[in-house]
Amino acid sequence: MELPIYLDNNATTPLDPRVLEAMLPYFTTKFGNAASRNHAFGWVAEEGVDYAREQAAKLIGCTEKEIIFTSGATEADNLGIKGVFEMYQDKGNHIITATTEHKAVLDTCKHLEKLGAKVTYLQVKEDGLIDLAELEAAMTEQTILVTIMYGNNEIGVVQPIKEISAIAHKFGALFMTDATQAVGKIPVDVNADGIDLLAFSAHKMYGPKGVGVLYVRRKNPRVKVTAQMDGGGHERGMRSGTLNVPGIVGLGKACELCRLEMDAEATRLSALRDKLESALTVMEESYVNGNTQHRLPHVANISFKYVEGEGLMMAMKDLAVSSGSACTSASLEPSYVLKSLGLSDDLAHSSIRFGLGRFTTEEEIDYAIENTKKAVNHLRDLSPLWEMFKEGIDLSKIEWAEH
Amino acid sequence: MAYSEKVMEHYTNPRNVGTLNKDSKSVGTGLVGAPECGDVMRLQIEVDENNVITDAKFKTFGCGSAIASSSLATEWLKGKTVDEAMTIDNMDIVEELALPPVKIHCSVLAEDAIKSAINDYRVKNGMEPIALPKSHH
Repeated sequence: MELPIYLDNNATTPLDPRVLEAMLPYFTTKFGNAASRNHAFGWVAEEGVDYAREQAAKLIGCTEKEIIFTSGATEADNLGIKGVFEMYQDKGNHIITATTEHKAVLDTCKHLEKLGAKVTYLQVKEDGLIDLAELEAAMTEQTILVTIMYGNNEIGVVQPIKEISAIAHKFGALFMTDATQAVGKIPVDVNADGIDLLAFSAHKMYGPKGVGVLYVRRKNPRVKVTAQMDGGGHERGMRSGTLNVPGIVGLGKACELCRLEMDAEATRLSALRDKLESALTVMEESYVNGNTQHRLPHVANISFKYVEGEGLMMAMKDLAVSSGSACTSASLEPSYVLKSLGLSDDLAHSSIRFGLGRFTTEEEIDYAIENTKKAVNHLRDLSPLWEMFKEGIDLSKIEWAEH
Repeated sequence: MAYSEKVMEHYTNPRNVGTLNKDSKSVGTGLVGAPECGDVMRLQIEVDENNVITDAKFKTFGCGSAIASSSLATEWLKGKTVDEAMTIDNMDIVEELALPPVKIHCSVLAEDAIKSAINDYRVKNGMEPIALPKSHH
């Protein structure tokens, strides 16, 4: 076992060596521009892209023509949301999303508000799921788009996508989902789920960074998005720019591997995740954040009360994890996702996200459990709050000096 | 965030962790920060009849810099007179630990904890608390 141990697979995943192998020729011998239609170099590159398009389409159950390659999920989110708003403005200006979305969605919506969009940000329930009745109540004749993420990047909660899309469609709105954390990890089928637009990225599924997909439905209904970049009219005119052929080939291969190995991987990772969670929540005052039924198989978000997340991460120096504490940034605000669940600021400051992945071993999880327990206990010994808690002092009754 | 070696050293081997009897007249306790801000620092001093700080202890809930700042503060406090301790400036802590700009807050907290502990000691012993400027927040 090599240290440090990588448990931050929600941030990014390592490239699968099989993906790298597929990509390599496209940097050197098969280097052509996929748009060069007049010679063999172009055709070879185009073939690689076509095959990747097929592999990506198969993973989410769509046709090749519905796959638009982008530079990643952030661009796909931007293109989908802005593109729909610009294309369908004459129908209405109302967009619905949720407070726990990724910034790629939230900030795009905020941007559109400046351009005349009306955006509803749905609150989530304590477990991180949106309230379907609230969604339905928020729908109006002006609603053109509902965009709700598939699986959450911080807590792994999986939204009731079918029910959400059904509500959107009942009101004649399109349904988009940022499925960056879900695609390749759990079954995602755009037809069964009623998805009109979907964004994902290769680097969250053992593919390369810098390449992603926007799925845009072609039938029932035919969806159009206004291009955000002008140029050569690549990708059916929706996303201009010379295709990142090696990246796209890698994305395709990553999709194929995920399709073939997803079931076994999900079973293995959820077992490891459960082991980690139950070992850590045996400790006093430790809580799993988010719904524990409807969620991704590889994410555990745990709050260790009376210990601050960044301090904790430092004590877990051989574990690469992430914290909902904002002590690493200039702002003192903890994770907005955790706060959306109604978590108090101190619990949000005390959270750690463990993101397991394809290359995580049981030995690593055993090490992580021991390392985390030790770190939590060490920092609790240092924590005045823990001491007060142990003495039975009600911390909410204390008048804290303001800072 | 890459921390300086000194921060890592104090963080890994914090000095003077613990609790003094807060009810004792010779002990001053300062509790600053708030759980919702992500840091709470408790600093305690024990003062002898010559006004010299003979012992200092801390407990801190917070990030690595907060823990290192309070650990360093306890080291500096020991052996100083209360008046000397009053002159410890947060920027001295920033400099000693090479804290990055976003972590200056932690040193401010430590300075406040020192002053608050001193004032607690003063009040307990019938002296006026020293007015603290609320400038650096």
